[in-house]
Amino acid sequence: MSVPQYRKAAAIALVAGLGLSLTACSTKSSDDGGKDAAGKVTITVDCQPVGAQKELLANWNADVAAFEKDNPNITIKSVSVGEQCNNPPDFTARLAGGTMTDVFYGYMTDLSQVLDSGQAMDITQYANKENVPTWDSIDPALTKVFTEDGKLYAVPVKNYSMGLVYNKALFKKAGLDAANPPKTWAEVRAAAKKISALGGGVAGYSEYSAGNTGGWHFTALMYSQGGKVLSDDGKKAEFNNAQGKQVLQNLKDMRYGDNSMGSRQLLQWGDLLTNAGAGKVGMFIGAPDATQAIVSQFQGKYEDWAMGPLPGQDGPAKGTLGGGEGYFFKKGLTPEQVQAGLKWIAYQKLTPGKGQFDYVRAKPQNYPVGLPQPLLFTNGSEAQKQELELRKANANVDTANFTAFESNPVPIVGEPRNAQAIYAVLDSAMSAVLTDPKANIDTLLKTADTKVNQLQAAGS
Amino acid sequence: MVIVAPQITKQPAPAPSARNNRGSLGRKVKDNLTGHAFLIGAVLCFALFMWFPMVRGIVMSFQRTRRGETTWVGWDNYVRIVADPSFWVAWKNTFVFTILALVLGYALPFFVAILLNEFRHAKGYLRVLVYLPVMLPPASALFLFKFYAYDPSDAGLFNAILKGVGLPTSEWMQSPTMTIPAMVIASTWMNMGSAVLIYLASLQNIPGELYEAAELDGAGIWRRIWNVTIPQTRLILALLAMIQIVATMQLFIEPLILANGAGTQDSATSVAYLIYQHGFFQNDLNGAAALGVIMLLVLAAFSAVYVRLTTKKD
Repeated sequence: MSVPQYRKAAAIALVAGLGLSLTACSTKSSDDGGKDAAGKVTITVDCQPVGAQKELLANWNADVAAFEKDNPNITIKSVSVGEQCNNPPDFTARLAGGTMTDVFYGYMTDLSQVLDSGQAMDITQYANKENVPTWDSIDPALTKVFTEDGKLYAVPVKNYSMGLVYNKALFKKAGLDAANPPKTWAEVRAAAKKISALGGGVAGYSEYSAGNTGGWHFTALMYSQGGKVLSDDGKKAEFNNAQGKQVLQNLKDMRYGDNSMGSRQLLQWGDLLTNAGAGKVGMFIGAPDATQAIVSQFQGKYEDWAMGPLPGQDGPAKGTLGGGEGYFFKKGLTPEQVQAGLKWIAYQKLTPGKGQFDYVRAKPQNYPVGLPQPLLFTNGSEAQKQELELRKANANVDTANFTAFESNPVPIVGEPRNAQAIYAVLDSAMSAVLTDPKANIDTLLKTADTKVNQLQAAGS
Repeated sequence: MVIVAPQITKQPAPAPSARNNRGSLGRKVKDNLTGHAFLIGAVLCFALFMWFPMVRGIVMSFQRTRRGETTWVGWDNYVRIVADPSFWVAWKNTFVFTILALVLGYALPFFVAILLNEFRHAKGYLRVLVYLPVMLPPASALFLFKFYAYDPSDAGLFNAILKGVGLPTSEWMQSPTMTIPAMVIASTWMNMGSAVLIYLASLQNIPGELYEAAELDGAGIWRRIWNVTIPQTRLILALLAMIQIVATMQLFIEPLILANGAGTQDSATSVAYLIYQHGFFQNDLNGAAALGVIMLLVLAAFSAVYVRLTTKKD
């Protein structure tokens, strides 16, 4: 071949290659109703544990195999989307691009975003005892969170509420009663002072103030004071008041009055838990599964951690923040695929003794059995009784560590509408009281109030 | 014999028929098949990955998607984004960062390049040393700064040095006044290697006799820099200034990693970070698109004015 011919051939190959890759990009999944040649129904499901979570991944794969054996006409294709199944930027990108799996994981606060993207399917007619045997036992308050205009869009698979998570080992070292956690913010402050006096960079109490997590915790702290962040109609900010001031004052007093919150601030989720795993945090507010993250992701030890109820200002907290997660169904699935998806969720997430409730399997593994949550089933229902019995029989953590939390229930309040935008604004107030000794709480709240009102008025 | 002048030259040329036109176009394409084929690849790549998303972004900025329905909303997204309480804060932070980055990140590599150019020994070694930070992934470099250099306790590298020489320590990223300077320092450290190499290449193109003549005229080092080096590297200096400004205006990874986003009291919020917040956290891709278009216009206007000013001078 002469040189020009080579050039021509190269050019043609380049164009052909490009054309082929474009065709590949635009390849749509075949319009076969999710059935293969043998008539098997195939569904894709996300939130498969990542490779680093060896035991969890093995459990998941074993569940898939067992489920497919029980349901020979269903094939489950698992997809892993990272250790945190809903990392908001990734989740948003998948929604915007329409690349979610057929059955996809989301938070309770995601309903509005998922509906806006036009990607969710109404599963009301399929969500019943036939497809999910424990359906009637599921707490209706949880399915309500995933319902709009009487239509159900997701199945709840986990829920949580916040309390005071504390390091028993540090409590003991500081001469505090590890079986009797602080019940008011004044007691938290006194305990934090003693713990931080241990030195070595230990923070008596630690708090978030960045990446929208500061606003999230401000909201929980407001609930503990009996306050809220938005008016009932969701149109106005409602934290620029005595309760809001108290929240920030408590933190400022601990940070600069007592110097009991450590010097490193602007913490977000992983930062605080990293410090906690390293034994540098005495107390923080969180859900029971925070202890699981501390152990499985941040090298902490179960025996060090215990939980009490969320503290209140002068007595028990008036409210605590609650949330959870569930599985949505992608628009356009066939009825067979929806039923297959529901059956899988029922098997892996909502059956005592199976999947996430297979406590016999989890007991010898490095994952906690015996945590007080999730509480997916209505108190007194058959499924709840079975799950509780199995949990008690197989507990591998000392359930006494959670007795204070369990036996002092605090009313659960959900997150506000437009939560992330509000949290972003409130981060600023939280970061100010934790990084600026001269921070003026009145000004901070007034500024945040104006900003949130602007946001709500603009309807973003 | 009568000689008849050829009429044809005086007649207007016949209008080329469509067939002829097609023929010549076809011939042109055929003649340059290789060129066109290569061009198609580049054009397709640009169209798919640059122009289409850009046009799509502009279209999205005039739409709103709610409950799966996309509607045209005119300027609503722009009005909403400008009303965002962080809008002006983000622009202010971005401009301050850009100016500081220009002062430090633009001048420093130039002087480092001049210095390196003067060395007679270990040139290659020093160049590698200067370029090394560029090879470090930006996220890793910033985590180094975050946890090692900017630790607000006395254990942090910078605080240890400050304390060692008897100066007051800083809270670095936790201090609203230090947030932007700290981001500029990290950013300059990470990026100056490339600029130094470009300056060095351009310095080595300056004819040695110009310096010799200047020296003969009794010019000192500063006069030589001012009267020989700067005029000789003016084009490169101008180009790098524009690249630097356009790049620094898109400040994103520094606030994201060093300040965990907005930083203390919004002191690190940049325009690009605000776009990210709206698009990926606040379920507002349309608002994010509007802010993206505003940023595009600002940068395009700046680039146009800049190019005009610099070409006029040339």
